[in-house]
Amino acid sequence: MSDPTNNDPLMDDREASTGLSGSTTADTLHPPTELTSSVTGELRRAVLGMNLLVSALAVVLALAIGAVLIALSSPNVIESAGYFFARPLDTVSAIWQSVTSAYSALFQGALINIDALREGDISRAFYPLSETLTVSAPLILAGLAVAIPFRAGLFNIGAQGQMAFAAIGGGFVGFAISLPAGVHLIVSLIAAMLFGAFYAGIVGFLKARTGAHEVITTIMLNYIAIYFLGWVLNQDWFQREGRNDPISPILSDTALFPRFFGDGLRVHAGIVVAVLAVVVLWWTLTKTTLGFKIQTVGANASAARTAGIDVGRIWIAAMLIAGAMAGLAVSMNVNGTDKVVTAGIVGNIGFDAITVALLGRGSPFGVLWAGLLFGGLRAGGLAMQASTGTPIDIVLVLQALIVLFIAAPALVRSVFRIRAGGTEALSLAKGWGT
Amino acid sequence: MTIAMPQKSSDVPLVTIAPPSPRKPIIMTSLAVALGAVFIWMAPSDQVTTFLFNLGDPVISIPDWEFNARIGATVFAILAVLFAAAAWPINARRGSLMLPALGVGVSLVLAFLSWVGADSRIPITGLLQGSLLLAVPLVFGAMSGVLCERSGVININIEGQLLVGAFLGAVVGSLLSNAYLGLLAAPVAGALLGLLLAVFATKYFVDQVVVGVVLNVLAVGLTGFLYTRFLTEEPDLWNNPPLLPTISIPVLSEIPILGPILFDQNVIVYLMYVVVIVIQIALFKTRWGLRLRSVGEHPEAADSVGIRVNRTRFRAVVLGAAVAGLGGAFFTLGSVGAFGREMTAGNGFIALAALIFGRWNPLGALAAALLFGFADNLQNVLSIIGSPIPSQFLLMLPYVVTIFAVVGLVGRVRAPGADGIPFRKS
Amino acid sequence: MRLELRGITKRFGSLVANDDISLTVEPGQIHALLGENGAGKSTLMNVLYGLLQPDAGQILIDGEPVTFTSPARAIEAGIGMVHQHFMLVPVFTVAENVELGAESVGPLGMLRTGEAADAVREVSRKYGLEVDPDAVTEDLPVGIQQRVEIIKALTRDAQCLILDEPTAVLTPQETDELLAIVRQLRDSGKAIVLITHKLREVREAADVITVIRRGRVVAEAVSPQTPESELAGMMVGRDVSLRVDKEPADPGEPVIGVSNLSVFDSADRAIVDSVSFDVRAGEVLCVAGVQGNGQSELVEAIMGLRDRVSGDARVGGTSIVGRSTKRILGLGVGYVPEDREHDGLVGSFTIAQNLVLDSIDTAPWSRAGVIDYGRIRDHGVQMVEQFDVRAQSAAVFASTLSGGNKQKVVLAREMSRELRVLIAAQPTRGLDVGSIEFVHRRIIEARDAGVACLVVSSELDEVYALADRIMVMYAGRVAGIVEPDISRDDLGLLMAGATG
Repeated sequence: MSDPTNNDPLMDDREASTGLSGSTTADTLHPPTELTSSVTGELRRAVLGMNLLVSALAVVLALAIGAVLIALSSPNVIESAGYFFARPLDTVSAIWQSVTSAYSALFQGALINIDALREGDISRAFYPLSETLTVSAPLILAGLAVAIPFRAGLFNIGAQGQMAFAAIGGGFVGFAISLPAGVHLIVSLIAAMLFGAFYAGIVGFLKARTGAHEVITTIMLNYIAIYFLGWVLNQDWFQREGRNDPISPILSDTALFPRFFGDGLRVHAGIVVAVLAVVVLWWTLTKTTLGFKIQTVGANASAARTAGIDVGRIWIAAMLIAGAMAGLAVSMNVNGTDKVVTAGIVGNIGFDAITVALLGRGSPFGVLWAGLLFGGLRAGGLAMQASTGTPIDIVLVLQALIVLFIAAPALVRSVFRIRAGGTEALSLAKGWGT
Repeated sequence: MTIAMPQKSSDVPLVTIAPPSPRKPIIMTSLAVALGAVFIWMAPSDQVTTFLFNLGDPVISIPDWEFNARIGATVFAILAVLFAAAAWPINARRGSLMLPALGVGVSLVLAFLSWVGADSRIPITGLLQGSLLLAVPLVFGAMSGVLCERSGVININIEGQLLVGAFLGAVVGSLLSNAYLGLLAAPVAGALLGLLLAVFATKYFVDQVVVGVVLNVLAVGLTGFLYTRFLTEEPDLWNNPPLLPTISIPVLSEIPILGPILFDQNVIVYLMYVVVIVIQIALFKTRWGLRLRSVGEHPEAADSVGIRVNRTRFRAVVLGAAVAGLGGAFFTLGSVGAFGREMTAGNGFIALAALIFGRWNPLGALAAALLFGFADNLQNVLSIIGSPIPSQFLLMLPYVVTIFAVVGLVGRVRAPGADGIPFRKS
Repeated sequence: MRLELRGITKRFGSLVANDDISLTVEPGQIHALLGENGAGKSTLMNVLYGLLQPDAGQILIDGEPVTFTSPARAIEAGIGMVHQHFMLVPVFTVAENVELGAESVGPLGMLRTGEAADAVREVSRKYGLEVDPDAVTEDLPVGIQQRVEIIKALTRDAQCLILDEPTAVLTPQETDELLAIVRQLRDSGKAIVLITHKLREVREAADVITVIRRGRVVAEAVSPQTPESELAGMMVGRDVSLRVDKEPADPGEPVIGVSNLSVFDSADRAIVDSVSFDVRAGEVLCVAGVQGNGQSELVEAIMGLRDRVSGDARVGGTSIVGRSTKRILGLGVGYVPEDREHDGLVGSFTIAQNLVLDSIDTAPWSRAGVIDYGRIRDHGVQMVEQFDVRAQSAAVFASTLSGGNKQKVVLAREMSRELRVLIAAQPTRGLDVGSIEFVHRRIIEARDAGVACLVVSSELDEVYALADRIMVMYAGRVAGIVEPDISRDDLGLLMAGATG
């Protein structure tokens, strides 16, 4: 497998130094940008560039391991295993049963309810798809919040906290101020974006000024934000009247995302915002000087510095964008599905978003597909949990495994005995030093 | 032209030296003055704070110390400022600022306690004893980090390793009704997770931070799945382990103040002492430690003398993960007694911060972990005695302290030379 | 020990790094392996040392064939290597570095460091290699660190010592000391292989010379009496002029003015200490000196890449201390950094993208923040042609280029702007002769067009070839600013810290 950053071995042009091994030029997370980027080209590359075969096999492998977990923990399987030697076929069929029922519930829960379709109940038939889109919207946006800093060489694990903090701003505007329809929603979104950007900007600022590693600062800020949200939700000016639990007043109708299909299906205009964000960020990243600088800093921060780019400022810019995306992400729930701010409004989206961004290899369109995939898994997972009792945590396991296998194509190849293609391992290749 | 010859090429020429920057003393003094003033102002002048020093019924009894809240805060604040002032001359002659910094810190904390403890009693010894206990997972996590990162592999997965250790420790302890067997199982769980990190880092050269984060997700998912499937269904069978006992070491535990803190603790705390000492000695005084450090500082040099770099790293990671797993047992076998979802609550990351704060040294990381444990326990104690600060802000305390530590009140730190850089043979 | 290589061949993919190479080293002999950068010398030595396995051929020690699967086997067989990039752990003491891999241990694996220190002292005494076993390696001067490398090999009873480009980081005086040590080792019966591309040293120290070019042996048993120009011709395969053809300089007004510039490191030490000089338009000022005497930091400070800079520096009258790198570049300063991989290029960007790395904000590459890729692409094609960059197109990734071509891209980028100043740090390090000639020509062209050129170089040949004036740096200070007619010996003395 040719590693594109390998020097010509004949030309030994390492510098004469005291032997301290310098840091390697960071391989980028994604196939490097070409000069002829177009939307269709980018779409094509995001899908095919990952060596589709290996990616598909990675998913298959993950599902296989998931199947083992499901089978091993299914009560039926355990029971029939008890008398395995008397009636081995029972165990086998119990295994088969548990796995297929779980996975078919998963797939149906993500895409289409076949039974409902047969019955002609369109609304119920498309409920899974609507759920997938609904759940994907915040995942995509939060994934962008992780992906953009990736491109600048930063690991933003703080989407969770940025979303929590943003919820305060967006929610407050949503229930405390009255504005005409349309405008109210936009102002609420802007407030969320501003709050999120501010909170994320802290991380960028600390990194730029003091070199504090963002992995630790973002994780600490996550916890701080969650507690802060909890405190805010107990304050008079934020807590709903007459309630003792941490919940805000319901947002005004004018501040909500309209639903496409009435009350039956939850999918709302937020998904449009998510797709728009993907396009806008793709354009920014590939067509603007800011995007160019972000990519330069992420690919090789020292070369960027030497070329006159203010690396610290770019980090801050990337984090501000990320925070804004986090703000939009939480608005999907605050202004879309839940219509309130609660302590658990962020859920686990911030962490899921990391796997989304990794799977999407840091490219906006990649994040779009990854967000849809993992959104589908989650929506399907909920249905699977409801109908077969398989805990939804299996989805987390699948997500982690998929990302791990995608990150190490060599592993997948050796499992399936495929010969080497052109993929390279996922790498940020940095230590604690800045 | 006349040319004067230097004596030998090994002569090191004299260099001009700039005066030391007063940045650190300035920060220390401003902190001491600002925070000191706040605490004095907030402390009620008409109430009495009591510091308790006895735990239980000691042989040597130390009297309680009562004093006026505001006066106490003032005294401690002045003490803090004095320590900060001492930093200036020390800094000018480039001495170590650790003692003044410690002095400022301790004095400010005492001033803070004078304020929040007004009209109340603060159990000082109990506070410190609990801090040591809460620091246990942090110390184990930091030791894990020491082993892994000193060999050149970043271990972000400490959180996950703690979690799976807690899980398996609880399950085995519960199934076999024996806390010690659970304690044996916990590092196995950590090692298995660490195996994944090791493989992906040393064989497939995937970015170590990425693998660490993803494995954390995996750990949460796996433990959550099994928890829902088994532990909540039959908690008495799966999730009801006995707790590790607290043992009071005779004689030593009677020493005033220090005795109860150090020698009247849970078994896992004593285990922690052993682990820290063993790692400290092994790392710096044995061949294994020398080779491990060489692999983390300059793997090419190690390779050139025949040391197997990736194999050494692999083993260090698995061993480190086992240590973290062992620390995870604290949560279930040492403290709560039952596994709960995501019960490690960020301890793994605080341990990482302790590692960095402690400059990748076992003893330094231990000290840093104790500091964070103190912040954590302070929040506990304050919420029990009731304090003027809202509980959520108290809960934030350990995380805020960690940020301050990492942000560089510490100064630039230097990780092992090849930390995080995969070693590929050309 | 008598060391023989027979028919060694090593391929990397389609590239043949070593092609049927044979040579013999007798005990008590200094055998020099001469070749330019990229000829395959290091690959050959890595094969000998067990870091690489040959695809064909044999290694024989005293007539017996041996295979080295790892450096440990080579060390056991008595081969010791002193690497070009030291294989020393910076934070370890000398004793620890020497004992690493061959530690003497007590019970439970506890180190017996006292023994290691004693072993170091013994070897020091025996061969005259003074060094303090308890010193921390990274605090030692480079010349001393190299001694540690040698001691490391000797404590393992090396009978054959391979030195890979040993004088690259030494002052002329340190070089003399090293060669004296090497001669002493030879006289005590060791077989020595000296890998180098430096003609002077080869003629001074070698007993016999083998010349390698493009992976093949082109001349063996060459006598060290052979004139330099003939040796150079064998190395490169054609007649080589060791000087650049150039007109005398016609310098104008000073463009760069530096006055009492100091740069401090994190320990508050002055790595650049009150340096003052100027560079006039249309002249080349070469900063000579062995690496590590502050030249790199001086250049970085001028380019705004360093904190803790005091003093004054101006370009065309505009002060640049404390200014951002971007502003400085914008004043018409071109910068070719020392480490082209690390600081000069983004390996995963295309050539065309790299060509606009430091000017992406300016027209015509972008307008109002939006990039015009069409122009960038055309520019890329044009520059590849103009600067003779050997690549399939301007759309290939920079990382696939050879060292020489990478440097051409960096030069192309800087020189395609309007320049008043050109600053180049170690511009031909690691390049083959053809690329070196190219780079030198371009620098002289810039100088003739009126650009003030500041070139930092630790290669004396290059300094003599390019300089209109020479500034020698030692220990962060200016040891002297002299004319290029200064004798090599005198220049060497200045570089070693003598004051004129």
